[in-house]
Amino acid sequence: MTDILHERERQVYRKGAEPFQIDCEKQSAAGSVSQRACVFCGSRVVLYPIADALHVVHGPIGCASYTWDIRGARSSGPQLHRLSFSTDLQEMDVIRGGEKKLFAALCELIDAHHPKAAFVYATCIAGIIGDDVNAICKQASEAKGIPVLPVHSEGFKGTKKDGYRAACEALFQLIGTASTEGIVPTSVNILGDFNLAGEIWMIREYFERMGIEVVACITGDGRVDDIRRAHGAALNLVQCSGSMMYLAKSMKERWGTPFLRVSYFGIEDMAQALYDTARFFKDSEIMRRTQELVHLEIDKVMPQINEYRRDVRGKKAGIYVGGAFKAFSLVRALRLLDMKTVLVGSQTGSREDYDQLRELCDEGTIIVDDSNPLELAGFLQEKEVDLFIGGVKERPIAYKLGVGFCDHNHERKEALAGFAGMVNFAREVHSTMMSPVWQFTSRRRKEMAV
Amino acid sequence: MLLRHTTAEVTERTALTINPAKTCQPIGAMYAALGVHGCLPHSHGSQGCCSYHRSTLTRHYKEPVMAATSSFTEGSSVFGGQANLLQAFETIFTVYNPDIVAVHTTCLSETIGDDISQIISKAKADGKIPEGKHAIHANTPSYVGSHITGFANMAKSLVTNFAEGTGEDKKQINLLPGWVEPPDMRELKCLAHRMGVDVIMFPDTSDVLDAPQTGKHELYPKGGATVAQIRSAGDSIGTIGLGHSASTRAASALEEKCEVANEMLELPIGLQATDRLIEAMRVMAGVKVPDIITDERGRLLDMIADMHQYIHGKRVALWGDPDQLVSLCDFLVCLDMKPVYILTGTPSTRFEKRVRAVLGDSVPDVKIRKGSGADMFLMHQWIKQESVDLLIGNTYGKYIARDENIPFVRHGFPILDRVGHAYFPTVGYRGGMYLLEKILNAFMDRQDREALEEKFELTM
Repeated sequence: MTDILHERERQVYRKGAEPFQIDCEKQSAAGSVSQRACVFCGSRVVLYPIADALHVVHGPIGCASYTWDIRGARSSGPQLHRLSFSTDLQEMDVIRGGEKKLFAALCELIDAHHPKAAFVYATCIAGIIGDDVNAICKQASEAKGIPVLPVHSEGFKGTKKDGYRAACEALFQLIGTASTEGIVPTSVNILGDFNLAGEIWMIREYFERMGIEVVACITGDGRVDDIRRAHGAALNLVQCSGSMMYLAKSMKERWGTPFLRVSYFGIEDMAQALYDTARFFKDSEIMRRTQELVHLEIDKVMPQINEYRRDVRGKKAGIYVGGAFKAFSLVRALRLLDMKTVLVGSQTGSREDYDQLRELCDEGTIIVDDSNPLELAGFLQEKEVDLFIGGVKERPIAYKLGVGFCDHNHERKEALAGFAGMVNFAREVHSTMMSPVWQFTSRRRKEMAV
Repeated sequence: MLLRHTTAEVTERTALTINPAKTCQPIGAMYAALGVHGCLPHSHGSQGCCSYHRSTLTRHYKEPVMAATSSFTEGSSVFGGQANLLQAFETIFTVYNPDIVAVHTTCLSETIGDDISQIISKAKADGKIPEGKHAIHANTPSYVGSHITGFANMAKSLVTNFAEGTGEDKKQINLLPGWVEPPDMRELKCLAHRMGVDVIMFPDTSDVLDAPQTGKHELYPKGGATVAQIRSAGDSIGTIGLGHSASTRAASALEEKCEVANEMLELPIGLQATDRLIEAMRVMAGVKVPDIITDERGRLLDMIADMHQYIHGKRVALWGDPDQLVSLCDFLVCLDMKPVYILTGTPSTRFEKRVRAVLGDSVPDVKIRKGSGADMFLMHQWIKQESVDLLIGNTYGKYIARDENIPFVRHGFPILDRVGHAYFPTVGYRGGMYLLEKILNAFMDRQDREALEEKFELTM
């Protein structure tokens, strides 16, 4: 059994143990090598894909450097979001305050780039030195005539989840500020897809084929003007519930927009998302087109998926992701490949998330909250995992152990959503697990010797 | 055009950095601390700092990077981070059991005013640092200097915490490598070894951030300078510090604390800078330069002679860290190339003077910029005014390379999209050959790709 820090024992659950209990949504113990990030990170990843907005990081240079074009969130038009703008606060600014600098930076940038809106991220320092970011944003907005939205993302004010919420609050200020004229009754907003590797283009196309108008993509390939009229859509489709549920709930309260929780990952979840949407509109023509689409797409991808499945059947997978919602879909998608999930965890899951995971997983599966490399490496070995799915910090751990890896985070290079995405996923899983490189690593050499 | 927003006309910006050519202090301290064996870097601040630094280093090296964090909360930002750091020591020594915890601060803990020395003393008094284990720290406020400053501060902290002069004269010299890559550190040790010189090198990230695949995940890989080695640096014949911005502080501290005299040199990139290192080692250690090194030098020279017609007069734009840039310019001048635009986000008083001295009158229209306002946006503006033949710098140059169709050699930190830097040195004569090969390939691949049919050459 893997050694676990005493304080963390309650954040690890092995399915089968009764009663079910898991601690989560708590601060990481100081001194742990946590895989988690901060409030700023949460806000930045959510808002960053809005391509025609200015994203200004108010703080010392680091926060802007580390998040410069960090995520493959694609835009079909403007590329302004891929630049890195920082007030680059210096010692004197910390002493005297950075408000003047921020105002000047905003004015210079808005004059130079004519963005549709500006987001101003307050980092730790902005919070500590007491800069009135709200006031400066208001002032800049009045001076330049575009929305300038403060994002209260001081790193220490909670976890990444609080950053999602701060991002949603900024978005909420934009929504409802433009006319909804011309939006048809069968319309949706796509919330919580960030267009990594162009995924939202695929999803959008499905809806269009079904006869449903997509009003705003929030935030993948996002545009300010679309977001401003998002309240005109009949329905919100919420993927990535961890990041976008707050916005969906706020919109429901304010404009009565209903929402559905969906996932576009894996064949089952993708089909379910389309059917749920079709069902919502109670339109037989839409439903007919949806059935046609789903059948057509599944017929297209299944033969390829079946080929990959032959080789990966029965292999064991571990999952460690940021938000737990991704994990549900991954467990199901792996099941479609006849693979077993023996380890699943997240940085920021809630109790309900973990409860749902427990129902989904097989006996003995380890469920873990806010893990660290030492634990993860221990679990991977203990469970003799063949495939690890995670993000940038997890990849080298897997490789060092001689385990295949698939990035299901910012660094995915292939679209993994949608029906075609499932083929890409199966191919990636197959190619990493079947790579000849593992034959030369000591772990497999031992296996082969036995 | 990804950088369609760049205008050729440069307007003075007063309050703004666009596409930075630097990052913040703490990541430099983390990198330096990783160059000590059995050391766990610790970030005293919000969780995100630590996560970003680890991710960036992981992207650069494709290696696991271990570091702990104080996980500041709103409470710590009001009441100070002492409770967090004390708790952190307990967690760290219980779970991760390093020999050393190297704490660096962040903008947050610096602004709050946490006194790390005092907290470490308290931790020791409270028995939170087990017998035989160490806790050290460096102050690395993100709003001062750059990542290089952070590296320099942690390197200095290693000296002030560990180096001791016992009075014994050890026949060894200290080699402070500066901020170079693990294969560079390996190459420096190899050069010293071939000359028969015993060196104490720290930080030393070789075998830490270029660890072999062994089927195991090593929390503390086998590389890194040991505490015993750093301690003995106080008894060495002398210190050779490489790279003024990264190594001066540690070298001076060693002189001050243990009276070990130092000689500061530029990073040994290229022919002449390597010559100076070899000469310094020869004199300081009183050894002869072996044929194997003389021959290696001859091979680099031979390669330059063979290929000089392809690089003569080429205009180069470079960005990165001051120590790297000064030496790169030196090498480029020796290759008869023209470094026309040179830029670093790191503030440095010495940088511009040295670059001008190195260039002499070879590039009359050179543009040099450092510190605040020196960013990749400005670099692109310069290039738009008058283009160059080659770009040398970190990964962030790829947007310019693509938009302007300019050959691009990756060098510096971070490199997020290639792997060579993590395995092949650019210091020493062999490093010079590797660098020259990369430069030549960049030009020749382009020529082969774009030459008109009638001008396409088989032999080059």
